[in-house]
Amino acid sequence: MATEILSGKVHVQTTINGEQVDFLAEPRESLLEVLRDHLGLTGAKEGCNNGNCGACNVVMDGALVNSCCVLSVEAAGASIETIEGVASPEGLHPLQQSFLENAALQCGVCTPGFIVAAKALLEENPNPTEYEVRWWLAGNLCRCTGYDKIVRAVLDAAERMRAEA
Amino acid sequence: MRAIQYAAPSTVEDAVAILAEHGSDARMLAGGTDLIVQVREDARDTGVFVDAKKIPELMELSVNADGSTTLGAAVPCHQLYNDAHFTATYPAVTDAARIIGSTGIQGRASVGGNLCNSGPAGDTIPPLIVHSAVCNIFGPDGERTVAVEDFCTAPGRNVLADGELLVSLTLPKPPAGSGSHYLRFIPRNEMDIAVVGAGAWLQLDGDTITAARTALGAVAPTPLFVQAAGDALVGMTADEDAFAVAAGIARDAATPIDDMRGTIAHRKQLSYVLTQRALRGAKARAQGGSPTNGH
Repeated sequence: MATEILSGKVHVQTTINGEQVDFLAEPRESLLEVLRDHLGLTGAKEGCNNGNCGACNVVMDGALVNSCCVLSVEAAGASIETIEGVASPEGLHPLQQSFLENAALQCGVCTPGFIVAAKALLEENPNPTEYEVRWWLAGNLCRCTGYDKIVRAVLDAAERMRAEA
Repeated sequence: MRAIQYAAPSTVEDAVAILAEHGSDARMLAGGTDLIVQVREDARDTGVFVDAKKIPELMELSVNADGSTTLGAAVPCHQLYNDAHFTATYPAVTDAARIIGSTGIQGRASVGGNLCNSGPAGDTIPPLIVHSAVCNIFGPDGERTVAVEDFCTAPGRNVLADGELLVSLTLPKPPAGSGSHYLRFIPRNEMDIAVVGAGAWLQLDGDTITAARTALGAVAPTPLFVQAAGDALVGMTADEDAFAVAAGIARDAATPIDDMRGTIAHRKQLSYVLTQRALRGAKARAQGGSPTNGH
């Protein structure tokens, strides 16, 4: 059977933060646009819209991605984790707590991307060096902090999480 | 972004049928980190996006009976550098996979996509050249293979005809006593496009070089296989004198342009310096160690 070529509004079924989600979107819309404009999940931010700044970072099928560089229709059947799924009903994630306590944000636009990216790092490498933190987060741009407090917050959160593990 | 159509075929044959029907209006979508941005920014006019990632052959990463590796064209960079066998066997390729864009780019971007984008500075292409990779292409007339150094034909252009797609790359099993390295020069530490990139592969018997390949990026309209540099090294002792000879050949082979990232003179000199460094790194790995420069 020939493959169907989709255009116009497409029905997409996906999983976001563990819940099944249905949406209608045109193929030209990005996953970021769907999250923000259709689903009300405005945690992921549109910074550059070309894959440079990381403000729209989400985890898709286990890989950190820029949601501005994913087509809406590519989310079909995928499992997506956004900043909205990072905190639990019991409270903030250790990274979120550490960002607050280390003053790792000023305007806050880059923060969801940093938290999502740093969480992905710590799941892969619970004990990163400062160099490894800086390398992993090189695709997350912050124009306020100068990065130092962000890096310290990630290292601090890593230590807390190792202590709790 | 302009309105587009999207198809996610599950077989190579279906993908070829769509590509053949829509001609130059259709393009394969792997990680999308080039294609989506290019179409959004009107740098490319693609109306039909053909998703590569539901086709098993394009997502394959496996070792064949003869020890060679099949690398599906849409396998993302992060999968490669998290694969211990691939990283140990083709270290120059993972050197490149680790430095393309950011972690978030590497979660989607593929080596095959980097090759098909055919940029002169594509970081994975010199490593594929030094590892003697072969492109497995499928089209309306069936299958054909092309050596990776012959794939790119001009900036943004390659040998793929309308209806054809890159299915996978075959990387031969490197012989014992061999090693490879890729590095690039950028003004920043990360997240940048190569001013020059250099890859090298060496096979050693004791201290003697028995086979060698070097390649350069961003110094010609296409990534450049510097065959004469590798040939000159065969039979020489793997030392600084030998590497200087090869580096000189690489510098002479480079035909760069002046642009915002570098001048001709700077790029010629970098072709020399980076070829030396790539050879040192390849030698270190051939001897069981690690490069001491670059990332």
